[in-house]
Amino acid sequence: MERADRRLGLLTALPIGVLLALSFLAPLLVVAAFSIMPQKVFDLGHMPDFSAYAEFFRQGYWKSLAWSLGMAFAATAILFVLCWPLAYGMAKVFKRFTLVITIAVVMTLFVSENIRLFGWVLTLMKGGLIEGHVRHWTGEGFDGLLYNVPVIVFGLVYVYFPFMLFPLAQGIAMVPDDARQAAADLGATRWQVLREIELPLAAPGIVVGGLLCFVLSAGAIAESKLLGGQAVIVIGDDVETAFTYGQNWPLGSALSMILIFIIGTLAILGVSSVDLDRVMGRGR
Amino acid sequence: MTSLPILRIAGLEKRFGDFTALQGIDLTVPEGEFLTIVGPSGSGKTTLIRLLVGMDEPSDGTIWLREKRVDQVPANKRPTCMVFQSLALFPHRSVGQNIEFPLKIRGVDAAARRARAMELLELLRLPSDYYAKRIQECSGGERQRVALARALAFDPEILFFDEPLSALDYRLRKTLEKELKDLHERTGKTFIYITHSLEEAMVMSDRIAIMRAGRFEQIATPDEIYARPKSRFVAEFMGEVNLIEVTPGPGGLSAGGVRLVPDAGARLGLTNGHGGTMVVRPETLRFLGEGEAAEATVDGRLHAEYALGSRHQYEIDLDDGTRMTAEMLREDRIDARLGGAVRLGWDLDRCHLIEDR
Repeated sequence: MERADRRLGLLTALPIGVLLALSFLAPLLVVAAFSIMPQKVFDLGHMPDFSAYAEFFRQGYWKSLAWSLGMAFAATAILFVLCWPLAYGMAKVFKRFTLVITIAVVMTLFVSENIRLFGWVLTLMKGGLIEGHVRHWTGEGFDGLLYNVPVIVFGLVYVYFPFMLFPLAQGIAMVPDDARQAAADLGATRWQVLREIELPLAAPGIVVGGLLCFVLSAGAIAESKLLGGQAVIVIGDDVETAFTYGQNWPLGSALSMILIFIIGTLAILGVSSVDLDRVMGRGR
Repeated sequence: MTSLPILRIAGLEKRFGDFTALQGIDLTVPEGEFLTIVGPSGSGKTTLIRLLVGMDEPSDGTIWLREKRVDQVPANKRPTCMVFQSLALFPHRSVGQNIEFPLKIRGVDAAARRARAMELLELLRLPSDYYAKRIQECSGGERQRVALARALAFDPEILFFDEPLSALDYRLRKTLEKELKDLHERTGKTFIYITHSLEEAMVMSDRIAIMRAGRFEQIATPDEIYARPKSRFVAEFMGEVNLIEVTPGPGGLSAGGVRLVPDAGARLGLTNGHGGTMVVRPETLRFLGEGEAAEATVDGRLHAEYALGSRHQYEIDLDDGTRMTAEMLREDRIDARLGGAVRLGWDLDRCHLIEDR
């Protein structure tokens, strides 16, 4: 009976499996294949070499990667600290008001990311909403707040806020109230309850939220282009340039593969460390 | 030597908005007592225990723990702790880590923690290799013991229990009730236990407090609760009971269809002259044969008979439409036909009178 169920399950999963293989895995394989082609070729009929990977080190692309990963890490850390109290409130305190917050946060996703970032450009630029008002009231102007690394991190935090908030709220909702109360009853202070009970029990939500934010931030381009004004070049930007202006598909592919490898490793490590079934509400 | 009571509560009150959950709670608990607070759901017993351990603050009244006033002290600063209904074990920690938790919080070093955890495992009759087990691998009864061990590791002045046995099956519950009583004797700690089962309370407690609608209805020893309930509520709480209204009349006491001896009022200890409720336990009743007499007798028809193992239970419809329940030991059971006429009798010194106030 159970085996029949399994076969039926596999069978029903087949169409979407095929679709995923074609639309998801195939392009990835093409990129992988291009990454070992000689530079500046546009087909796969060449002797493989690893010159594109060598470019990564020679041309200093590793710096872009370091910036991307560094800023993604900073944004993820800030998001975690920022979202924890709000997610805690949504999971444990606000009750029906949680729905209002959920709708409000989801609504921001209805507007394209680029348009929202342009909104911040208008707010932060010289002569924009903030600097303009300050100059008007005090007579003293200053350079705009744009075009630096902190503002890029700010952009990442702003854009990926929901991706941390919701998984975190889900994770915190899994912490049983009585475990918290029992810990306090046994003498634990607020901080000890956080460290010993809440953080470990909310770990699946933390891992999912952290991974989402980190992965998305590491590949993000718009924030550094629009807010950062190319103050630093991020790896996603390099990939785009290699494929477009650079007309060097193998280089773009190699850079992509490096990013995919790093992020993929992190994701697998992260996901294997927690019980995802619990996040999805299955099992125990 | 009269020592200070370990717990003293005066005028405790808890309101949630317009709703008064607890009112006028006074209680004194001597050191080392096993006190059980019993009440139906919604009677306020959980609210009370939450105030006593410090998870909620009272709206009014005071709580003293020995000489220290604690009603405004949060739970983590009180030297008491509770075994939760759900047990509230930490699922991400092993059995050993659960037991050691309160010691870790206090900064006890790892070796001493482990030694204490081992002692407690032994005290609760769990094998020492359970130290490394995951909570999910333990059975219901084992989890119960782990929760107890964790609470004892805290070394509380008073150990509170919030219906920890209610989720277990009957046989295991019976075993653990006795173990808990035994543990109480061995540790000498003060236990305050809440439950909705008076039967459970009877087995374990030195004293029982019956709660109803946010107040104490009666606080007494298990025997007194059983034999001399203060109110119909308490009488009915302890399982099957026959309650018969008695009123004084010109020819002595009258009690519906029940025929009483002329001096029934004096025999029952009626003092106020305006009646009350006679509490007749089913096992006090006996069937009367032809010509047999008793201080109280009543006629009826046998409605049903149930075999309860060691005892048999009978339901008898009286002529006035009320129903009485009688219980006999299996060997004393009668050979009667359902629907047949029977006569019940009992002695007045074996029943209790709740006088109308």
